[in-house]
Amino acid sequence: MATFKDFRNNVKPNWCPGCGDFSVQAAIQRAAANVGLEPENLAVISGIGCSGRISGYINSYGFHGIHGRALPIAQGVKMANRELTVIASGGDGDGFAIGMGHTVHAIRRNIDITYIVMDNQIYGLTKGQTSPRSAAGFKTKSTPEGSIEQAISPMELALTAGATFVAQSFSTDLKDLTALIEAGIKHKGFSFINVFSPCVTYNKVNTYDWFKENLTKLSDIEGYDPSNREMAMQTLMKHNGLVTGLIYQDKERKSYQELVPGYKETPLAHAELQLDEEQFDKLVAEFM
Amino acid sequence: MINQLSWKVGGQQGEGIESTGEIFSIALNRLGYYLYGYRHFSSRIKGGHTNNKIRVSTTQVRSISDDLDILVAFDQETIDVNYKELNDDGIIIADAKFIPKQPEDTKAVLYAVPFTDIATELGTSLMKNMVAIGATSAILDLDITVFEEVVQEIFGRKGRQVVEKNMQAIRTGFDFMKKKLGNIQKLQLEKADGKKRMFMIGNDAIALGALAGGCRFMAAYPITPASEIMEYLIKKLPAMGGTVIQTEDEIAAVTMAIGANYGGVRAITASAGPGLSLKMEAIGLSGITETPLVIIDTQRGGPSTGLPTKQEQSDLMAMIYGTHGEIPKIVIAPSTVEEAFYDTAEALNLAEEYQCPVIVLSDLQLSLGKQTVEPLEIDKVEIRRGKLITEKLPEIENKGYFKRYEVTEDGISPRVIPGMKNGIHHVTGVEHDETGKPSEAAENRIVQMSKRLRKIENIKFKTPVHKNVPHEEADLLIVGFISTRGAIEEAMARLEKDGIKTNHAHIRLIHPFPTDEMMPLVKSAKKIVVVENNATGQLANILKMNVGHAEKITKLLKFDGNPFLPHEIHTKCKELF
Ligand SMILES: Cc1ncc(C[n+]2csc(CCOP(=O)(O)OP(=O)(O)O)c2C)c(N)n1
Ligand code: SF4
Ligand SMILES: [Mg+2]
Repeated sequence: MATFKDFRNNVKPNWCPGCGDFSVQAAIQRAAANVGLEPENLAVISGIGCSGRISGYINSYGFHGIHGRALPIAQGVKMANRELTVIASGGDGDGFAIGMGHTVHAIRRNIDITYIVMDNQIYGLTKGQTSPRSAAGFKTKSTPEGSIEQAISPMELALTAGATFVAQSFSTDLKDLTALIEAGIKHKGFSFINVFSPCVTYNKVNTYDWFKENLTKLSDIEGYDPSNREMAMQTLMKHNGLVTGLIYQDKERKSYQELVPGYKETPLAHAELQLDEEQFDKLVAEFM
Repeated sequence: MINQLSWKVGGQQGEGIESTGEIFSIALNRLGYYLYGYRHFSSRIKGGHTNNKIRVSTTQVRSISDDLDILVAFDQETIDVNYKELNDDGIIIADAKFIPKQPEDTKAVLYAVPFTDIATELGTSLMKNMVAIGATSAILDLDITVFEEVVQEIFGRKGRQVVEKNMQAIRTGFDFMKKKLGNIQKLQLEKADGKKRMFMIGNDAIALGALAGGCRFMAAYPITPASEIMEYLIKKLPAMGGTVIQTEDEIAAVTMAIGANYGGVRAITASAGPGLSLKMEAIGLSGITETPLVIIDTQRGGPSTGLPTKQEQSDLMAMIYGTHGEIPKIVIAPSTVEEAFYDTAEALNLAEEYQCPVIVLSDLQLSLGKQTVEPLEIDKVEIRRGKLITEKLPEIENKGYFKRYEVTEDGISPRVIPGMKNGIHHVTGVEHDETGKPSEAAENRIVQMSKRLRKIENIKFKTPVHKNVPHEEADLLIVGFISTRGAIEEAMARLEKDGIKTNHAHIRLIHPFPTDEMMPLVKSAKKIVVVENNATGQLANILKMNVGHAEKITKLLKFDGNPFLPHEIHTKCKELF
């Protein structure tokens, strides 16, 4: 059985020292080992950004695609081979700006993959512009007078889009984050995990200390019930989205794969490609 | 007796014009006639003039005809818009209800037939198209029992009474017209051979070709004139374990198809110009990551929303060069429905063999034109997966990566799919080394870029140019691509009769350009006419770029949204001599 070390490769990440993304990488590696995966059975698909580099730092199959499109690529991979564990990941700009359309639709489609966003409230790779997660008033290179747009609330948005698994974490909480990723992988359907992953270079507001001060653990809220969607929404609103833990899970709804008519149990990637004469004649006859 | 006939039915969109044409042509196809139907429609669902022109022949036809023998009109607009096409002994049969007016400057005869009244009397005015079919059959002296089977198939679900009523409408229309005609029988059709042949649109053939070629997944976003491909596959793929996902947009469609191909399934996407514009960045991703990808582009009038329901061939340059940066890409252009089937299946092979995007370039006329097709043979479809590794791989030490981008002589590297033990490697749209790890090193860049571009240098494609070259030295070479083939063939026959020695080359492998095949044809012709449905002469420009001889080349362009008619090509070519 593989251990988390087997999911390490010998590529040295080019993230800045102290970047939140290191812990996300470690958590994915641990979670993969903990759920009993072998490296070849995991595919990590990522977008473009500092965070997007993550697929190159894990010893598994990996596809580093184009900005904002990790989710459709990942869904394609899963449709091709349902036996693979597929993790999509990227930044807040990747998932909530250029790729927002895909995020909403991946949520409602509910294909059985796990989506991990490294949310640093800024564009890291392009050196510090505003992101859809930047708070109003946030000053960046592209908003020198402070952002005048409202920040997106990804967790609330996920709930309204029909999500079946919604969780949030903080990159320093390695244990909690690992457990959430494990739960996400095991969840039958689309699991969405937003991770506060500080950018130490370009975001001087939403720092490690800032998060420590402002985050509330759901496990500390008495009577919190992640199967209650209404409670989930109210709690998010009350805390301005700054909570960590499993926010909502619907264990009843079937995943996309389970609902596709005729979709084979064996991976499509191993399907027979040749049509036999009889099959073909039947198809042809319909046009006569 | 005539062996060829041109029939058109027209009216307001949403009035059953389509089904009139459909029933008429299915029945004639079953009698063994060769059909070619082209629909003139707009992007409105209801209202607006629409017509369906159908050519019936005892031999294969691949073009709309210049003229018209019978015009069935459900409103005056249909007469006004279309009567000029009618032959001198043409016939207009029009619904008496709208009191049709005979146009003055035509020798064609108008018969007013109470389509609506007869239908209403029989139960519902909806059956007026059946009355029209009956009237047409009388003119052609067809045995109307041939419609029984078709009507049964279409209305069978609605019960025997509905079937019987519809047949009665056909019979009444037939009898009414017979009486009117007396013993005039100008347009008696020669008997057809009675052979059963397929009757389909190009998009049906593309979709069927995809199935035959092993496509088991499709991701697409609806658009005219491509939607039929996804609609067909969603009906058929579940029986083969596969499926179609209607995505949120074309970027999702193409990237999902890339993901699926990377995952090891043969996956396609299809769209028209607006969708292809959105897919451009992803096409580059397929190129640099060497992930197989098949995209169908059913061209329509551009730019932007352009002429969404009209014929055009203006995506050519965009398909060859579209995406930033430089990648290996294959663009093929079937010129008949039969080729659309084989080429789509072959595109799936090429994509895996050359590990690059393959674009199947169709156009609205080929994609939506409905025609009789010669038998398609599944034995002629091979499945070739190139350098895909399926057997066990040797252990790799020290967590080294599999050399997915190994530099080889032909540029093509061994490929594994996720799930394979010892095959782990990285894939990225960033320039990378042999194992897929990002690398900006100048030397590596040159090696990897050259390796990728080298792959398609010696591409093997069975018929890069469809040639009809009776002359070693020709007065004229006509060059075209995709659906202009039929019109060019007919124009060529007329030019030959005029004594102009004519050769015809239809380019099927657009990129990489078949220069070696085209050069001798170009050299041995005195003049060259390139026929294309666009405003700038994109194919002509590509021809000039690859084979030169610009001084010989004349562009014959049509970009009003309508397909070429044979006489237009004939006249323009003749003017050159
Ligand atoms: C189509 C396209 N537009 C713009 C870019 C430039 N770009 C690369 S990453 C990025 C944003 C990165 O921010 P985020 O997704 O939050 O990732 P982070 O670097 O913060 O992890 C941008 C705008 C690109 N690569 N592609
Ligand atoms: S710029 Fe910010 S997000 Fe990017 S690696 Fe450095 S710390 Fe991380
Ligand atoms: Mg960011």
